[in-house]
Amino acid sequence: MISILIGTIAFAILAPVVGCLLSGFDRVVSARMQGRVGPPILQPYYDVRKLLEKEHASVNAAEGVYVTCALVFAVLAGGIFFGGGNLLMCVFVITLSSLMFIVAAYSTRSPYAEIGAHRETLQVMAYEPMVLLMAIAFFMATGSFDVNAVLGLDAPIITTAWLAFLGLLYILTIKLRKSPFDLSMSHHAHQEIVRGITTEMSGPTLAKVEIMHWYENVLFLGWIGMFFVWGSPISIALTLVVMVLVYLLEILIDNNFARVKWQLMLKSAWVVALLAGGVNIAVLAFL
Amino acid sequence: MAFASKSPWVIHYDASSCNGCDIEVLATLCPGFDGERFGVINTGNPKHADIFLVTGSVNHQNIDVVKEIYDQMLEPKVVVACGICACTGGIFRDCYNVIGGVDKAIPVDVYAPGCAVRPEAIIDAIVEGVAVLDQKSKALKAQKKRGGE
Repeated sequence: MISILIGTIAFAILAPVVGCLLSGFDRVVSARMQGRVGPPILQPYYDVRKLLEKEHASVNAAEGVYVTCALVFAVLAGGIFFGGGNLLMCVFVITLSSLMFIVAAYSTRSPYAEIGAHRETLQVMAYEPMVLLMAIAFFMATGSFDVNAVLGLDAPIITTAWLAFLGLLYILTIKLRKSPFDLSMSHHAHQEIVRGITTEMSGPTLAKVEIMHWYENVLFLGWIGMFFVWGSPISIALTLVVMVLVYLLEILIDNNFARVKWQLMLKSAWVVALLAGGVNIAVLAFL
Repeated sequence: MAFASKSPWVIHYDASSCNGCDIEVLATLCPGFDGERFGVINTGNPKHADIFLVTGSVNHQNIDVVKEIYDQMLEPKVVVACGICACTGGIFRDCYNVIGGVDKAIPVDVYAPGCAVRPEAIIDAIVEGVAVLDQKSKALKAQKKRGGE
């Protein structure tokens, strides 16, 4: 309990810093991939500060509350994870955060925001089976749902759960809202019906959404890193390298693929979940 | 220091012109000119935008659209008239259906003439607009402070 409390506080303070730099890194690398100079690395920070300076306006009082809830649950989910708490609980709390974000968009009753919310719901439907199977594979590999169980292992769980890792890698693109799976909200210009799920969110509310994405990105990279940690200090360095490589891979995918239709996203994500997650769990059950 | 100047997000609207200036606006945001160096992002949403780039002259059909987009943008906001049509009505100014430049509909902060307006001129206009944005942001902050007292 104490460790989760410390984890939550540390995550709440440190994750935005890391997430902000990660986001800036993303934009600079994307720009270089397109043969541009790109913005300064602190650009996401400037964006958020500017959004906080803007006039406050909202179509209703509920939207801001829902977005705040989404942000708080994202912090809590990260705290549970990095505090070494229950992975399953972390998964549920981050899903709750996504749902709050969807409800916020629906509450505005704007047709454009609603299209974004529909699509975000589809994204949640697409990635959720794989996320749950990942948690089960984690349990079968370590014998516990607690994240800190990886610290007592002789070998990282990637050795036994590499199929589940590949499945997670597939849905990570959906979770990070990267092209080709950026259906609900694209950060690329003019790919969107107005602005998807964030259409009605503006100024300080949009700043909260941006900060929430920073938290989410750090948490999801944490999930990736969890597969490579074992009871040795070297594993931390290895994990950091893997996380950077995975993020670079995501940027590469983002810059090289056009958006797919939702049918393909949903079907492929479920097939991957069934094959990668299902087979991995079946194999672990017989081991 | 105001952060408004560090991340000017733009929205563009083509009122009624030959579309040449609108193409130049998009060219400005393409890799060759790389507007993102200055934090410029092209948004399709007036609620997210700080700078309103209007090309083409205003007529009776679209004056309401221009006003609506302007009204949906949140303070601080800046309007840049891109191209001579948006500045004064250009060669269309004597047409029976044309009202004139964008300033006939909404307050314009920066005028960027040209036919078609060059991407360099648009970047210059945006950088000019960013200074106005900063002033407006400071004024808004001062106003908020006064409101709080």
